This record gives sequence, structure tokens and C-alpha cells, in this order.
Amino acid sequence: MSTTILVTDRVSRRFGGIQAVDDVSFALKQGEIVALIGPNGAGKTTLVNLMTGVHRPTEGHIRFQDQDVTGQRPFQAARRGIARTFQIVQPFPRMSVLENVAAGALFGGARPSVADAKAIAREQLEFMGLASMADRPASALTLAGRKRLELAKSMAMQPKLLMLDEVNAGLNASEIDGALRIIRQIADRGVTILVIEHLMKVVLSLAARVLVLHHGQLIAEGETREIVKDKRVIEAYLGAKFARRVAAEVAGG
Amino acid sequence: MMTRRWHYVLFVVWVLALATTPLWASNYIVRLAIMIAMYTTLTLSWNFIGGFTGYPSFSTAAFFGLGCYAGALSQRSGVPMVLAWGIATLFVGAFAAALGAIILRLRGHYFAIGSIGIVEVVRLVVSSWGSLTGGGDGLNLPLLSGGPNAVARIFLAVMIAIMVVTFVVTVIVDRNRFGYGLRCIQQNEDAADMVGVDTTRYKVIAYFLSALFCGTVGAAYASWIGYIDPNDSFSIIMTIKVPVMCLLGGPGTVLGPVVGTAAFTLLEEVFWANFLDYNRAILGAVIVVLIFFLPGGLLGLSYRDIAARIAKPHRRPKTAS
Repeated sequence: MSTTILVTDRVSRRFGGIQAVDDVSFALKQGEIVALIGPNGAGKTTLVNLMTGVHRPTEGHIRFQDQDVTGQRPFQAARRGIARTFQIVQPFPRMSVLENVAAGALFGGARPSVADAKAIAREQLEFMGLASMADRPASALTLAGRKRLELAKSMAMQPKLLMLDEVNAGLNASEIDGALRIIRQIADRGVTILVIEHLMKVVLSLAARVLVLHHGQLIAEGETREIVKDKRVIEAYLGAKFARRVAAEVAGG
Repeated sequence: MMTRRWHYVLFVVWVLALATTPLWASNYIVRLAIMIAMYTTLTLSWNFIGGFTGYPSFSTAAFFGLGCYAGALSQRSGVPMVLAWGIATLFVGAFAAALGAIILRLRGHYFAIGSIGIVEVVRLVVSSWGSLTGGGDGLNLPLLSGGPNAVARIFLAVMIAIMVVTFVVTVIVDRNRFGYGLRCIQQNEDAADMVGVDTTRYKVIAYFLSALFCGTVGAAYASWIGYIDPNDSFSIIMTIKVPVMCLLGGPGTVLGPVVGTAAFTLLEEVFWANFLDYNRAILGAVIVVLIFFLPGGLLGLSYRDIAARIAKPHRRPKTAS
């Protein structure tokens, strides 16, 4: 279980004068759930974009399953088994929900026939609880539904590594509980998951390990319970009040 | 699917109607049938890039004109006619593939402007390169023997054959992974990239397909007419008309380009016959109205809704039908 699946080696990305990601190195192990946290503008999404080939790192290397994938294009990342959901959902608006998910199956890793892709998509929709919406256009879904659609589409690609960019933003409490259950089930299938989150409730309940990004730099990395006590993390992101509450919870429970 | 099967049946009926025109109609109608078959090929071709992929290409006339000249020059240097058409097809296909790799980096309006520029550039090159192309004087081709009626029948068969081939390619694209990928690009190119569609390659292939058969019909047209010149071959009207026909019928569908070409030609004939002075202006106004009120084309209408509204006249219809 503890083989390394993805490594970033001193990765940096500059946009003009802005250092969005600065000298970040970390490794993800197969099958673990890791959270990536940090304030707005810390470079979390840029880091995901570097790993999925949307941007090319200005410096450093990225290795996926012992293969250098630094300069890959997004479709190559998808075929290798790196899937991601977008913070702002990206459906194919005039396709049905089923066709959206089938697109993931069709062009992802396994490359089945169109009919097989639709069968895989149906399975995924069943799993996500979207089966009743299969033939509606994607634009007819609620926000929570669209986020699930994103997840279903990514899962249909049968990824080895799944990056979830704020899949819970904008959802209500019960919708979040539903999403958490699904994410855990995905992890149980052996998929490595990197969650980008602002909701510490989600981070605490899902992730065993946390990466903290601030001004593009990785300022802390470690087990979730340790990280929430880390002075730099509290100062940069969590705030003293939150840290006291978590400390009380840990002491009390 | 049921509707798809109906579309195929309608197409077969249409092909038979066009093919039998020499038996029941005047020479004028036969000539019209040849032009319809030719334009249907152009519209079906445009549909690959403009309909399925959603890239508004205006380079149809460049492909058609290059096809005319490649075919004519081959024939004049002694290549047999049908082989010359093949050469023109390959030449135009290669041209589009090479060009596509460059201009498909542009998106949206920029691509549209780039593609329209190509028509002008190619036209200028052809008219200036007098030593090869005859420049503004144009080129003469050997006419087929047998009299105009027999020749018209031959070219009717040729144009219909090319149209059928283009239609079959459209059906194949529509039903497999490639067409699916093009639709993904049309709806959300970034998301398509993210699910694993090699967007650049797909777009270049779509552009290549949008050119290929334009080259064939261009060369066949040159052989039929027997004389080509730069203004006739690279006409800006053609480059506008073809997308309009496709939009009128229903872009991204299999039958839409066929329906659109037929409907547009019909309108053109009606206005040409009845309003000799203002026909272009009226046609323009009709196009604007159709595009505004029929964004999905004639095939995008829900005829069931319209039938329901006609059945219940107290509810006023929103769509002009």
C-alpha cells in the first residue's frame, strides 16, 4: 500500500512577476487521502494545474508512477490516470448527464467502445446516486448534482490519482455528508485522493495527512492532528480561535 | 435510434429524387440538382469543423478553389480526369492538415478571421502566379464529348456519388469515439482536454475532413464547367453560404447539412425568380431571421411541440414555424 505514486521535485511556477508556486516538493502514496489546504491565492489550484498538465512548471520535475511527466498535456495526464474535478464545474452543457460521464470513460485510461463507455457511465451514476438524472441535460442539475457529475465523470476515467478541487464549496451540510461518504468509498477502491479544501471539518474527517501551502510555498506537511497544532499553520491559515477549539476537541475526545 | 434511422431513410429518398431528375425534369432542374449535390458535399464537409467541433470555419472556398485548380492543372498536364480528381482531393487534404496544425491554435472569432483570410491569400496567390495558373485569364479544360445533356448526367452522377461518400463519412464520425470527442470539444474544450481528448489532433483531423471532399467537388466542378478563374473558384459568397446552409439545417447533425442546403437553394430559387432586383437583399433578411429564430436549425425544432401548439390554438406559439 505504501508505494509512492506521485512526486513533485522542487516544482515552481511563475506568472509574470508572481511566484504562484515556489519550490514545492512532496510525495503521495498509493491509496491515501491527502488534503491540500491554505489561504485563498496560496497556489493550491495552480499546483493541481501543474500536476495535471494545464500549466508547465517553470522549474522542477513531476514524476507519476516512476515516469517523468513534467511536460505532459492535460489529455495525457487523463490517459495516465490522473483525474481532477474543477473548482468551477465544467460539464458538457448540452449533453445528457449519462453522456457527460461516458465521455470520461471513453477517453480516459481504458478507452472502451462508445456502448461500453455508456455502460460504465451508468454504473458510476448508480454509485453517485445520479441514476434518475441520466437522460436529463447536464445543465438541468443543481450545484450539488453538478459537483457529483464532475466526480462521476472523473471516476469513469478509472483514475489512479484523483484531485478534488473544492468539491464541497457551496454545498449544504447534508450534501457535504453525502459527498464525504462518496469520497471515502472512492478511496476504499484504492484510488489516491488529493483534496483541496477550505472546510476544516472535511479535512479532519477525511485526510490522514495534510499539505499546507502559503504564498506558493509548502510551509508544513504532516499528520492532520499534528498540523492543526503547528504554529505556522495557525498563523497563516487556521487562526488562533480555531486551533483552540480543535485542541479542546482532541483533549476532550 | 429511431430518429436516426428516419434521417437515413430521408437521405436515401433525397438521393433518389436528385438522381432521377434527368428522367422527369428540365435541364434547368438537372443543373440545379448538380449544384445541390455539390453544395451538400460542401455543407456536410463544413459540418465536421463548424458543426461537430464548433469552430466557425470560413475556408470552404479556399478548399474548393484549390480543388478546382489542382484538378485543372493535373488534367492539363495529361493526367486522366478521374485521377486528377483524386490528386486534387489529396492535395487539398494535405493543405488543410498542414494549415490546420497552425491556425487551430486560434479559438473562436480569431479562428474565424484567420480562416477567412486564407481564402483571400490563396485567391491572390493563384491570380498572381500567372505562369502556372493563367492568372486572371483563368484556365480552359477539355470538355467531355457527347453533348451538354449527356455531360450533365455524368456530372450529376459524380456529384451525387461524392455527396453520398461524404454523408457516409459523416455517419461514421457521428457514431464513434471521434465524433463524440468533437462534440466534447464543441461544448467545452478545456473539459474535453481534461477527460483525455487529444483536442489538437481531433481538431486537425476535423479540419482535414472539412477540406477533403471540397477538393474533390472543386476538381469535378472544373471538369464539368470546362473553364475556371480565380474569382469564380474562390468566391467569398460560397464561403459564407455554406455555413449558413448548415446552420439553417442543423449544425452537428447528420441530416442537417442536407436539409439546410435543400431549403436554402429552394429559397434562393424562389427569390431569384420573383424578385430579380432585390433577391439578394431579401435572401439576406431571410437568413438573419432564420438564424435568430432557429438557432438549432430546422432539425433543432421540436415538431411535436409545434404540432401540440397547432392542435391547441389558444396558446400562442413562440417559434416561427
